[in-house]
Amino acid sequence: MAPQLKVNGTVGPKKAKAPVAAGKYYPADDVKTPLVNRKAKRNNAAKVRASITPGTVLILLAGRFRGKRVVALKVLESGLVLVSGPYKVNGVPLRRVSPAYVIATSTKVDVSSVDVASINDAYFARVKSSEEEEFFAGDAPKPAIVSDQRKADQKKVDAALLKAVDATPMLKAYLAARFTLSGNDKPHNMVF
Amino acid sequence: MAKDGQPVRLYVNGAILGYKRGLRTQNNSISLIKIKGVDSKADTDFYLGKKVAFITKASEKNGTKYRVNWGKVCRAHGSNGVVRCRFSRDLPPQSIGGRVRVMLYPSRV
Repeated sequence: MAPQLKVNGTVGPKKAKAPVAAGKYYPADDVKTPLVNRKAKRNNAAKVRASITPGTVLILLAGRFRGKRVVALKVLESGLVLVSGPYKVNGVPLRRVSPAYVIATSTKVDVSSVDVASINDAYFARVKSSEEEEFFAGDAPKPAIVSDQRKADQKKVDAALLKAVDATPMLKAYLAARFTLSGNDKPHNMVF
Repeated sequence: MAKDGQPVRLYVNGAILGYKRGLRTQNNSISLIKIKGVDSKADTDFYLGKKVAFITKASEKNGTKYRVNWGKVCRAHGSNGVVRCRFSRDLPPQSIGGRVRVMLYPSRV
């Protein structure tokens, strides 16, 4: 009988090793196998639920834009969803929202023509003013300045988005309308 | 749609029934909440995990006259649509019979 390779039976499921032709000798030294790199595994892209896809109309549930219907543009690396009102329609700018605070509706907008490749998490990073500056500014409320870069990007994204919105009748009015519960509404029975 | 100037309501009202209890023991850390319009165990599924806000009025602090005790829906209680909730601070006994807001987040839809 030919020499047969025996797979050692160990506790727990183990990947079945492909049978190797058994030689006459086996290596004297242990062959080192690289350790599992946990960091590399951690780099997985964030997952959001299947109902949120680029083009889905979302209802924002909290924050200053609560009740607004917005269009999801893409899922960022951090797991936040990039949305736009569009700004012209309901005042919601390009902004990141947590998927936990949105309701995904069954309405979809075709966003294939909207280019948001250049917008990532770093795009929304805050610019820190130096401590000295802050000290002298005191508690005086700082005016909210929207950078020209943001304005230009908003315009560019919304131009393409509005074209898609205008193509569907009623969609513009739908996005402009706020969502709210009233009377005896039962959100658990609603189909969004 | 809400009238102009009216805030948007994005929560469902709930009534505080009391604490989880037996005949002689009660568990103050779990409050029983009846959510408006929820009358069966199947209906509670939507609300599991949702944040619950118990709002009280008090002297002004940090620029607001309202204080919020946040909690969340843990699970159904029985088969009639009552749910068990835990709050960051246990609800006070005088809250029994009062109201809470059951928010729509964290959302699963």
